[in-house]
Amino acid sequence: MSSLAPPRASRAAFARWRPIVSRLDRAAGGVFILPAVVIILAFSIFPLLTSLYVSLSRLGFSQGGVELKFVGFDNYAKLLFGIDRPHFLGVAGPLTPIGIAVLLAVYGLFAYLLYRYARGPNRTVGGLVGRLVATAIVGSLVWLIVNTIVTSGRQGTLVVTLVYVGVDVSIQYLLGLGLALLVVQHLPGRRFFRVVFLLPMMITPVGVAYLFRMLTDTSKGPFYPMWAHFGLTDVSWVTNPWGARLAVMIGDVWQWTPFIFIVLLAAIETLPYELTEAAVVDGANPWQVFWRITLPQILPASTTVVLIRIIEGFKIVDLPNVLTNGGPGTATESLTLHAYTIWRALDIGGSAAVAYMLLIVVTFVGISYVNLFRRRATAMA
Amino acid sequence: MAIIRRRQGSVSTTTVPLPAMVLSYIALLAWTFVVLFPLYWLAVTALKTPLEVNGGPFYIPWRDFQPTLDSWHYIFFDLREDTFRPYLNTVVVGLTSTAITVLLGSMAAYGLVRMRYRVGAGAIGSFVVAVAIAIVVVVAGGPWPLGVAAGIGVFVLLLQTVARRFRRGVGNDDIAFWMISQRMLPPVAVIIPIYIFFQQLQLLDTWGALIISYTAAHLPIVVWLMRDYFQSVPVELEESAAIDGASPYRIFRSIVLPLSVPGLVATFLFVLVFAWNEYLIALFLTSANAQTLPLTVAAQNATRGPQWWYMSVLILIMIGPVIAMAIALERFIARGLLVGAVKG
Repeated sequence: MSSLAPPRASRAAFARWRPIVSRLDRAAGGVFILPAVVIILAFSIFPLLTSLYVSLSRLGFSQGGVELKFVGFDNYAKLLFGIDRPHFLGVAGPLTPIGIAVLLAVYGLFAYLLYRYARGPNRTVGGLVGRLVATAIVGSLVWLIVNTIVTSGRQGTLVVTLVYVGVDVSIQYLLGLGLALLVVQHLPGRRFFRVVFLLPMMITPVGVAYLFRMLTDTSKGPFYPMWAHFGLTDVSWVTNPWGARLAVMIGDVWQWTPFIFIVLLAAIETLPYELTEAAVVDGANPWQVFWRITLPQILPASTTVVLIRIIEGFKIVDLPNVLTNGGPGTATESLTLHAYTIWRALDIGGSAAVAYMLLIVVTFVGISYVNLFRRRATAMA
Repeated sequence: MAIIRRRQGSVSTTTVPLPAMVLSYIALLAWTFVVLFPLYWLAVTALKTPLEVNGGPFYIPWRDFQPTLDSWHYIFFDLREDTFRPYLNTVVVGLTSTAITVLLGSMAAYGLVRMRYRVGAGAIGSFVVAVAIAIVVVVAGGPWPLGVAAGIGVFVLLLQTVARRFRRGVGNDDIAFWMISQRMLPPVAVIIPIYIFFQQLQLLDTWGALIISYTAAHLPIVVWLMRDYFQSVPVELEESAAIDGASPYRIFRSIVLPLSVPGLVATFLFVLVFAWNEYLIALFLTSANAQTLPLTVAAQNATRGPQWWYMSVLILIMIGPVIAMAIALERFIARGLLVGAVKG
C-alpha cells in the first residue's frame, strides 16, 4: 500500500502544475535564449555608448578636476589626416615595381570576382552593393599595406595589426588542424599529446609574454649559443622591426594554436564515424576521406574558431607590450597597444577613437567573413 | 575474402600503418618539444637564484647550476597571504563564472540552433528609443536608477503597442553575430565604463563583479562554439523524444547535452582558462580583496626589472590546477562516448 502512495501523490501534484508546465514548455524558446541576451545586452550597451561619446571628446583639466569636452570628429580626423596619421596608418613610400605588380594582381582578382558575381545566376542588388562596399574597403586596406610594406615606407599600427592577425591565424589554423588530425589516430600515447598540446593556452597571457621575453634574450636566454655563433649578442635583435614582429608572432602562435587544436579535435571527435567507415569500405584513401568527409563536416567549427581567433587576434596587446614595448619605434605596436599608450598619456578621447577604429575594422572583417565564408560552410555541411 | 580484407582496411580508424605511424610520431614529438621547451625553461628558472638567471644561460640543474628552492620559499612563506588569497579568488571566480557561462551559453546556443527567433524591427526600434530616453534622463541630471526604470518602462510600453506593426526583423544568425560582435571592442575602451558600472552597483573589489564580467565577456564564445557542436547532434533523436512527449528542457538535458559532451568539455576547459588568466578586467575591478593571480604575476615586474624567478614559480603554481583539470577531463573529448550514446 504504502509503496503506491508516492506515485499517486506525484501524479496529483503534476495535475496541479500542468498549466504552468505547459506554458513553460511553450515559452521554451525565450527561456533558452533570454538569460544570455539580457546579460550580454546589459553589459555591452553602456560601455559601447560611453566609449563612443568619449571618442568624440577631449579630456581637459579645469579647476577642481577633469572634464570631457565635446570636439566632434577631431580625434578621428587626427588619426586619418592629422598628426597621428604616421602612427596609425604609417608613411607611404614610393611604389616599387613589385608593389605595382601586387596591386594589379589583387585588384584584377577583385574585378574578376565582382564580374563573375554580377553575371552569375544568384545575384541580388543587396549582395552586389555589399560586395562593392567590401571590395572598396579591402582595396584601400591592400593599398595601405602594399604602400607601407613593399616600399621604403613605415608601417602604422593598423597595418601591423592586420599582419599579426593574417599571419597568426593562418598558421595557427594549419597547425591546429594538423595536430588535431594527428591525435585522433589511435596511436599509443595519444592522451599524453592531447594534454601536452593544451599547455601553452593555460598560461596567463602576461606570463607568456614574460616567458618569451626571457626566451628571446640574446645574452642570457637559452638560445645564447646561437646568437653568439652569429655574433649577435650585443645588438639586441629587437632593433630590427621584422625580427621583433616575428618574435611577437611566434609567441602568439605558440600560445593560441592549442585553442584551435582543441576546438577542432572536439569537432572531429563528435563526428559519427559510420560515414568514415563506409567511405573506407568503399575504398577511399585517407587523403580522400579527409577532403571529402572530415573537412566538410568540421568546416562550421573551423569557420567559428577562425572568426573567434580573428576577433581576439585584433586585440593582441600583452605580447608586444611586454616583449618589445611596441618597439623599435612603433614597429610592433598593435592597435590595442596604440590605444593603450595614448590612454596612458591621458589622451582618453584619442584612445577611444583608436578603439572605435579597431571596432569598425573588426566589424567589417567579421561581417565579410561571415557572409562570404561561414554561410557557405554551414550550407555545405 | 575480398570483403574481409576490406573490413581489415576499414580498421585504419583504429590501427595506423607503420610508415604513417612513424611520421605521425615525428611530427607529434617535434611539436611536443616546441611546447615543452619554454615550460622547461620556466621550471629551471624557478630553481635558480637571481644571480644565476642573470649570469647567462644555465640549462641543466645539478650539472650547470645548483638548484635552490629560495623562490618557492619566498612565494609560499614570505608572501604567504599575498599568494593564497589571490589563489582562492582565482579558483572561486574561475569555476563559478565558467559554470554559469557554459550553462547559459549552451542554453542560448541550443535555442539558436533548434528554434526560430525573429526580433522585429519594431522591437529593436523600441529598444533604441528606450535607451535614448534613459540617456536623456541621466544627462538631464536624474539618478541612474530612474533613467534605467524609465528606459525599461518605455521599452515595454512601445513593445506592446507600436512595435507589432512592423514586419521586417532579424533572425537567428543575426542574433548570433550580434553576440560575437560584443567581443570586438578592445578591453581598453570598455574598461572605464565597466568600472563606473560596478562602482554604481558598489560591487568593486568583490567576487561578484568579476564573475558577472567574465560571464558576460565569455558568453558569446560559448554560444558560438556550442552552436556548432549542437548542430551535429542528429535531429531525429530529438524529434522522436518530442513525439514521446518530452519537454524541450528534458530533450536538452537528457539528449542534447549528453551527446555533446566532447564539445561541452572543450568549451568548459578554455572558458575556465580564459577566466583563470584574465588580466585587464581584474586589474581595474579589484584591489586588495578580490585580486586574482595574473595580477600577482604581473606585479613581479619590479622597478629593478622583471623578477623572473618569482614569476616562474607563480606561473607554475597557477597552471597546476588547470593541467589537473585538463588531464581529468581529456578522456571526455573522445569519440566512443557519442557512439555509445547513439546506439544505446
